[in-house]
Amino acid sequence: MVKLIAAAIGAIFCAALLWGAVQPRDAVVPDLVKKYYQHAEPAGFSFDNPIVGKFDRAQLQRGFQVYKEVCSGCHSLNRVAFRTLTDIGFSAAEVKAIAKQYDIPSLDAAGEPTTRKGLPSDNFYGPYANDDAARAANNNALPPDLSLIGKSREGGANYVHALLIGYKETPPKDWTTPDGLYFNVHFHSLNIAMPPPLNPDQVTYVDGTKATVDQMAKDVAAFLMWTAEPKLEERRRTGVGAVIFLIILTGLAYLSYARVWQSVKAKKTQV
Amino acid sequence: MSFPWAKHYEPKSGFMKYVDSRLPIPRLVYNSLGAGYPVPKNLNYFYNFGVLAGVALVIQIITGIVLAMHYAANAKIAFDSVEHIMRDVNGGWMMRYMHATGASFFFIAVYIHIFRGLYYGSYKPPREVLWLLGLVIFLLMMATAFMGYVLVWGQMSFWGATVITGLFSALPLVGETIQTWLLGGFAPDNATLNRFFSLHYLLPFVTLGVVILHVWALHIPGSNNPTGIDVKSEADTVPFHPYYTAKDFFGLGVYLTIFAAVVFFWPNALGEVDNYIPANPLSTPAHIVPEWYFWPFYAILRAFTVDFLFIPAKLWGVIAMFAAILLLFFLPWLDTSPVRSNNYRPMAKIAFWVFFADIILLAICGGKPAEEPWVRLSQLASVYYFAHFLIILPILSRIERPLPLPNSISEAVLKRQTNVGAPASQQLPGAGIAEMPATGRAQPAE
Repeated sequence: MVKLIAAAIGAIFCAALLWGAVQPRDAVVPDLVKKYYQHAEPAGFSFDNPIVGKFDRAQLQRGFQVYKEVCSGCHSLNRVAFRTLTDIGFSAAEVKAIAKQYDIPSLDAAGEPTTRKGLPSDNFYGPYANDDAARAANNNALPPDLSLIGKSREGGANYVHALLIGYKETPPKDWTTPDGLYFNVHFHSLNIAMPPPLNPDQVTYVDGTKATVDQMAKDVAAFLMWTAEPKLEERRRTGVGAVIFLIILTGLAYLSYARVWQSVKAKKTQV
Repeated sequence: MSFPWAKHYEPKSGFMKYVDSRLPIPRLVYNSLGAGYPVPKNLNYFYNFGVLAGVALVIQIITGIVLAMHYAANAKIAFDSVEHIMRDVNGGWMMRYMHATGASFFFIAVYIHIFRGLYYGSYKPPREVLWLLGLVIFLLMMATAFMGYVLVWGQMSFWGATVITGLFSALPLVGETIQTWLLGGFAPDNATLNRFFSLHYLLPFVTLGVVILHVWALHIPGSNNPTGIDVKSEADTVPFHPYYTAKDFFGLGVYLTIFAAVVFFWPNALGEVDNYIPANPLSTPAHIVPEWYFWPFYAILRAFTVDFLFIPAKLWGVIAMFAAILLLFFLPWLDTSPVRSNNYRPMAKIAFWVFFADIILLAICGGKPAEEPWVRLSQLASVYYFAHFLIILPILSRIERPLPLPNSISEAVLKRQTNVGAPASQQLPGAGIAEMPATGRAQPAE
């Protein structure tokens, strides 16, 4: 009886599915976004290797310089605290000086809104007071906060690098990019509101590295990977220790397992 | 219950005697995990995954309790509090990555555990209740995992909650009301997040309770084994301790090594990048997908594309998705073949591997956007899913002629060893037995 009911239910489900499967499908409209969209190519970062890869401190500092002099005009970085900049090689005094350049909203002694100089314990602030102000200043497009951009896009740092160098002067003939938007093959909709941000020699690197667009894009991508995953090196270091420990433990566990079962296995072949 | 040859607990010291006569916990442990619990001696490595799933649950509970000390279940700051854990809490990143990856590993362990049960017929008498309790655990962990994913309050959390609770709106008449009641509003918001946090903290302990019942139910008939035949004598078993404690410890080591490698080297490999974007009710992600462990069921949900018998396609999908899990509760009464192990069921064995491939195909379809060829593939794969359990297995259990069964577990073990070709010098005494014609017949169900 159970089986008959089951078979009947099964037959109904199968019929509903097969009826759906034999329906004709709508003609596929060729999707131009799919045609022109390109996945980010690997840019080759020092932290690419998931086990031993490390950040390049000098690159992170260059990337910070690019963020500060270019990106921070529109993009916030408000999950990152100034104090954490010591992790990428800045001294405590340098961090203090960097923080001081920012005005942080505050209240004065009378309770009136005012601003004060930033402290190392503050997070990055600005450039806009809120999302509405950001939209108002950017033609109604919202520049995303960059703190997590290294993890919130497929491809991570490679994506950031590819996007920054992925602008094309003229879109293909069958694609229209409206005024005020820019054609970029690495952006999900191909039309991005951000104008090409980098020009050759836009920043002057303290360490004398030549500031090509590709170099700046790579440096800032590395920096933004660090802001997204500041504990990356600590994580991998801990992981190497943990995995080595566990392999040794598992080896010992195997030896004790083999030892315990020795008598049973021997008996099996002799009985 | 146990086998008559099970060893009895004898307290060694005066102190243990004192404890045992007042609260017999030492006796309980001895009889359930110690030398007092005889277990078939031919269990393979697939039998490790019950213990591994238990460990995975404990890891989730411990890391989860620590995370809850720093997490704030409020729609305004939930995402920020997760980032606070990642950046400012000492070791917080480790706790969170262990918890997120741990959920995936819990499902990996449980899925292998379930497939092992399906292959060796562990759901058949006398283990039906054991199987049913296992399915209750499976349902509880699916609910817990879903609600936990929402707590991050990223884009995929928010839209996943919208889609899944939206399923209930497909029910006729009462659907919308039920959805509003579940969410505590018309869309996921603070009320939703708070109740999900409350339930996400509660359900693991409910799960733990059902796990205890599951283990209890296991200890009544004892473990099934790869031959599927019953234990006949003491020669078929070994005491759980030290034999299976040693084997489980080794299996645990392998499991933890792989787990640690993923946690520390590929912590985001099993997640969706969109969930690192804070929830935004005004911006829908291009491609909403649940976590990988829900993909087969998500594929079944989306496989129903046309209205049929006056029932709308959406409702069909919802019914079918729930039915796909609920039908497993009836499995012991659908597959009534008296032979448990598929090693001795040539046709059911083929059906099993087709089913396994089918689930993989469904999982792939579930992770893809709803476009061709994935929709049609998921429709065909869903057909096999339902046909396998509701039509093929019941028929097979009637018409199939199983292979001859070995007389005992010991005999099966001997036979396999001679077939594999142990060194000739060791084979001598056993060889004669292995060449005897197998006289076993299909065992009648108890």
